[in-house]
Amino acid sequence: MSETATIPPGDETGPERLRAAVARPQRRDTRLDNYVNRYAARTHGMTASAIRALFSVANRPEVVSLAGGMPNIADLPLDVVGSTLGQLVVDDGRRAMQYGSGQGEPAIREAICEVMKLEGITAHPDDVTVTVGSQQALDLVTRIFCDPGDVVLCEAPSYVGALGVFRAFQCEVAHVAMDEHGLDPTALREAIEALRRAGKRVKFLYTIPNFHNPAGVTQTLERRREILQIAEEADLLVVEDNPYGLLGFDADPLPAMRSMDADRVVYLGSFSKTFAPGFRIGWVLAPHAVREKLVLAQESATLCPPVFSQFAIAAYLANHDWRGQIKIFREMYRERRDAMLTGLADHMPAGTTWTVPGGGFFVWVTLPPGLDSHAMLPRAVTARVAYVPGTAFFSDGFGSRHMRLSYCFPTPERIIEGTRRLGEVLEYEAGVNATFGTVAADEGTAQLGRAYDAPGANQT
Amino acid sequence: MTQDERTQQLSESTHPQTVVVLSGGLSHERDVSLRSGRRVSEALRSQGLEVVESDVDSALVPRLAELPGAVVFPVLHGEAGEDGALREVLALLNVPFVGSVGSASRVAFDKSIATTVVADAGLRTPVQVALPHEIFRELGAQALVAALGRQIGFPMMVKPSRGGSALGCSKVNRAEELPSAMVGAYAYGPVAVVEEFIEGTEVTVAVVDRGQGPAALPAVEIRPDSGVYDYTSRYTAGANRFLCPAEVGPEVAQRCAQLALTVHAELGLRDISRTDLIITADGEPVFLEVNVAPGMTETSAVPLAIEAAGWSLGKMCADLVRVARARDTADRAALETPAAVS
Repeated sequence: MSETATIPPGDETGPERLRAAVARPQRRDTRLDNYVNRYAARTHGMTASAIRALFSVANRPEVVSLAGGMPNIADLPLDVVGSTLGQLVVDDGRRAMQYGSGQGEPAIREAICEVMKLEGITAHPDDVTVTVGSQQALDLVTRIFCDPGDVVLCEAPSYVGALGVFRAFQCEVAHVAMDEHGLDPTALREAIEALRRAGKRVKFLYTIPNFHNPAGVTQTLERRREILQIAEEADLLVVEDNPYGLLGFDADPLPAMRSMDADRVVYLGSFSKTFAPGFRIGWVLAPHAVREKLVLAQESATLCPPVFSQFAIAAYLANHDWRGQIKIFREMYRERRDAMLTGLADHMPAGTTWTVPGGGFFVWVTLPPGLDSHAMLPRAVTARVAYVPGTAFFSDGFGSRHMRLSYCFPTPERIIEGTRRLGEVLEYEAGVNATFGTVAADEGTAQLGRAYDAPGANQT
Repeated sequence: MTQDERTQQLSESTHPQTVVVLSGGLSHERDVSLRSGRRVSEALRSQGLEVVESDVDSALVPRLAELPGAVVFPVLHGEAGEDGALREVLALLNVPFVGSVGSASRVAFDKSIATTVVADAGLRTPVQVALPHEIFRELGAQALVAALGRQIGFPMMVKPSRGGSALGCSKVNRAEELPSAMVGAYAYGPVAVVEEFIEGTEVTVAVVDRGQGPAALPAVEIRPDSGVYDYTSRYTAGANRFLCPAEVGPEVAQRCAQLALTVHAELGLRDISRTDLIITADGEPVFLEVNVAPGMTETSAVPLAIEAAGWSLGKMCADLVRVARARDTADRAALETPAAVS
């Protein structure tokens, strides 16, 4: 009957059907985005990605996600936090729920200075600018320093969220090699020289000295001194990002780079890992001239960072044994780190290596030659385990032989199960690779034209 | 189930206006499915229907049991949703649903099988070879890769045989690129298809049956800025030019419509399908693949075709629900006749 029917326009009513059958519908020519010609140049790189889409599967409970970096706040005493917040509203609600200072509330800036003392930093509350998580600190720092085309030096690999900020401000990222002690000083020296020879403007070095995200390694004290020495010689600004510094498992915190050079280092801190990320409170500690620009930038971005969150954290720090709470977090993360290392030792195929983090959330895995963590992710998701491919942590497509595994959130049992599933995926993928001989091909091209490799195991 | 139980269940149909929109699932296209599901749900709500949005998990079967009489609208892309598995379950549970039955979906979802069926019906399809990963291991990849190069020629397309949204698909221009393309496709499933690359105009045609028989909607022509209609192009707003109806002559448009209708009929599809095809330089449409749960996101082609047909997405979706409900009522009535029971 209607086997060959083609629907004319306006077929929902009878008379229309007759009319429309004669006239062809007017052609619509659309990009399904009416704003497509209005976007700024920096928006053009914001595209959909299959990898990001796969992570929506990773959030399902069937999947062991070793991908996220979500702090585990199950051990927070909710009753204490609850009564503190209740009291805050009753006692001081009218101030806590009002607009506040663009720089942040004095009480929390004082408390931040107390927190930073644990890593050897002596600072005045006037030099602290409160931000919406340290992610916004990165945004503000990049905003006030970088023009399009300016170069930011980053570790190889570097924090994916920082790379996103640098991209948004149209900066060029130059990766600098790391080894088991963090950023490689020789490589740093060479990179600065090469970039300056090429006429590039290098604006700052972005580094994560403690329990690096994603590499899991920590700069030794000696290494910090060397890096600062190079920065001094090259007159280079250093942005020190330190969200995990107080989450060390084995030793007291190392002195922050900022504690060794107050003029050259802009320091970023956060309560997201030592308390809770939902309050979105981080900070920048910067020399006064920089701080003044940061406050103006903050005022134009948010008027003021969330006042209620600042009051809440200040009250929590004042009324609760927050140092004791950090110890509880540390033990919980240590147990998970140990589970991850046990699972990896038991289940990874030969030829796989990984870093052994002394704190923080992440292990950086190097795969046997030929395996591609980016191409393999769909297979892992099918096997109900997720990770972040190493390519996410480079601005230039490098990193496919690496993956970041996080141990912060799942239970130790789930972490071990995750490594077991991952081991099977790697074995299978290695089989497919062996069949197609992609191992040799990959080996030949992986290092071409690259001045760095990603760090391998930091212990043998 | 006895006839008495069936009659009782019928009388318990207390949710005749309820539609359960299924989206999400555990497939690689979960994210796309959630977006399609939200759009279909809103469209149905705009028609006054009660919509329950549901993921596919262990709570689904009990949830459906609590909603007797509700019609399910699966908007699941990828495995479980399009491979027929979930549709078989719905049939097993006597739950009326929109769209093709499990067996037909299974055939349509597998590119290697669907292409064969469509070719047997006399339609033009690309030269295609479907190969499981193991065969390369057993026979040696080098010899097979060389044979593929000779038989199919370059450029060629490599795709997972089961999957959507162009995930795992790559265009291979030279023999050296073939092994990594195969590895990429096998990451999505155990069988890959290697097929000839057809140069031409990329077009997609939706077929919808609102109760009066299947009809083809105006073809949508897709011109990706990047030259490749891959995942990024598909789901980045603004990354493609869509022309609807396609910029082709009336005769070619008619051939495309006819091809999509034939595919719909030959594969035994029901209610809605979308056939992707390429129109060659001499105006001949070539079948690429067919989808039983076409994308309904803000950047999908089918909603555009619906609009070009002068329809509303809401009315069309509501009609599909009505058709599914009527089909269910008819089926139950048939079961209640003594002849059917005996």
